[in-house]
Amino acid sequence: MTAAGAVLEARAINAWRGDRHVLKDLSFTLASGECCKVVGPNGIGKTTLLRVLCGLLAPESGAALWRGRAVGRVGAEYFAELAYLGHANALKSDLTARENLKYLVGVRRPLAGTEIDGALERVRLVDCTDLPVRVMSAGQRRRLSLARLWLWPAALWILDEPTTNLDSAGLALVESMIRDHLHRGGLAVVAAHQRLLDDDERVRRLELA
Amino acid sequence: MTESAGLIAAIRLVVRRELTLAWRRWDEVAQPLIFYLVVTTLFPLATTPELAVLRIVGGGVVWVAALLSSLLALESVFRSDVEDGTMEQWVLSGQPLAWLLFAKVVAHWLLTGLPLVLVSPAVATALGLPTSVWPALVTSLALGTATLSVLGGIGAALTVGVRRGSVLLSLLVLPLAMPLLIFGARAVEQSLAGQPAAGPLQLLAAMFFLAWSLGPLAMSAAMRISTEG
Repeated sequence: MTAAGAVLEARAINAWRGDRHVLKDLSFTLASGECCKVVGPNGIGKTTLLRVLCGLLAPESGAALWRGRAVGRVGAEYFAELAYLGHANALKSDLTARENLKYLVGVRRPLAGTEIDGALERVRLVDCTDLPVRVMSAGQRRRLSLARLWLWPAALWILDEPTTNLDSAGLALVESMIRDHLHRGGLAVVAAHQRLLDDDERVRRLELA
Repeated sequence: MTESAGLIAAIRLVVRRELTLAWRRWDEVAQPLIFYLVVTTLFPLATTPELAVLRIVGGGVVWVAALLSSLLALESVFRSDVEDGTMEQWVLSGQPLAWLLFAKVVAHWLLTGLPLVLVSPAVATALGLPTSVWPALVTSLALGTATLSVLGGIGAALTVGVRRGSVLLSLLVLPLAMPLLIFGARAVEQSLAGQPAAGPLQLLAAMFFLAWSLGPLAMSAAMRISTEG
């Protein structure tokens, strides 16, 4: 995977949720090795923005562009370079931690058992490998969905409140993951209201109001 | 560049995942089958135990029960995946969504449609139908329930974002399912009368191929609309 020269651009995006105009003429450009931290109170449209950037939601006007092409048009090529962590964890409570990763990531790429073990170790869930997600805590579930980011090396990370339910060690883990990602030349758009990556000059704040 | 998974591998993985989940949740999966058995058992109790009389309506009863129990199972086919965010990940997986949903419906039929087909000879016997109707009954139910899985899948994809979508789903799917019911029951009836049942069965087969060839595309279009919300 090479993220060199990759640019994500939001061009005059307007989006509505119901009858509320949440994103008004929003524009920004994000280059390789940069992170955009989207902040703002609840309900201001952070998730809407991330879903527009993913191509899950079509904006009313304007466009999100990846490498200069509208994300809705690029389709599979864009998705191959994108990792999205939504506010839902995409986990099945009846499957074990290992099975969840196997079935979710396996749809995208062939996956060896040792890779799963490695990813679970990075998020410190080795003890829970064969436990059903049903018995895991909310923070452990969030860690498990973060483990996907190692198994799917993507140029662009779009993370919606990645630190929800995490303890301070988990917060540090997310910060170091994002730093490593930027260091490799990756791009990240992160919605957050906690303090996250406040002292990093590669991180820009985008305040929604 | 990371190697991406082949389409066949992805489809097999989705089917395996559904079967694993069903194995852990067998009580939910068995519900439609139990419903089917209960309805067909209650029918003679409420009407008459006279086999000669039951034989006349037996084919129809089996078909109505199969239709309703399939619909019962279809309502929730995509719900949990949409609610827990799995569907979003599938949309963004880079694999064609139509094929992933195709895999899901195949697995759904294996878990809910196939058991109905397999127990139907026993149910038919209990309703006084002779063994000579078994081929027509089993073939028509296999084609009919599989077609219904696709029709119901389209409806379920459309209504998954709607609260209490089950009423809407029945309204959408039942009119489309009428031809299946008519030709399916007709195949059994003709076979019971000693006539060849090829005509209605071929019509069912035509509907089966139409549904399975175009249905997944309709499902994925419907699902993209539902996941926008």
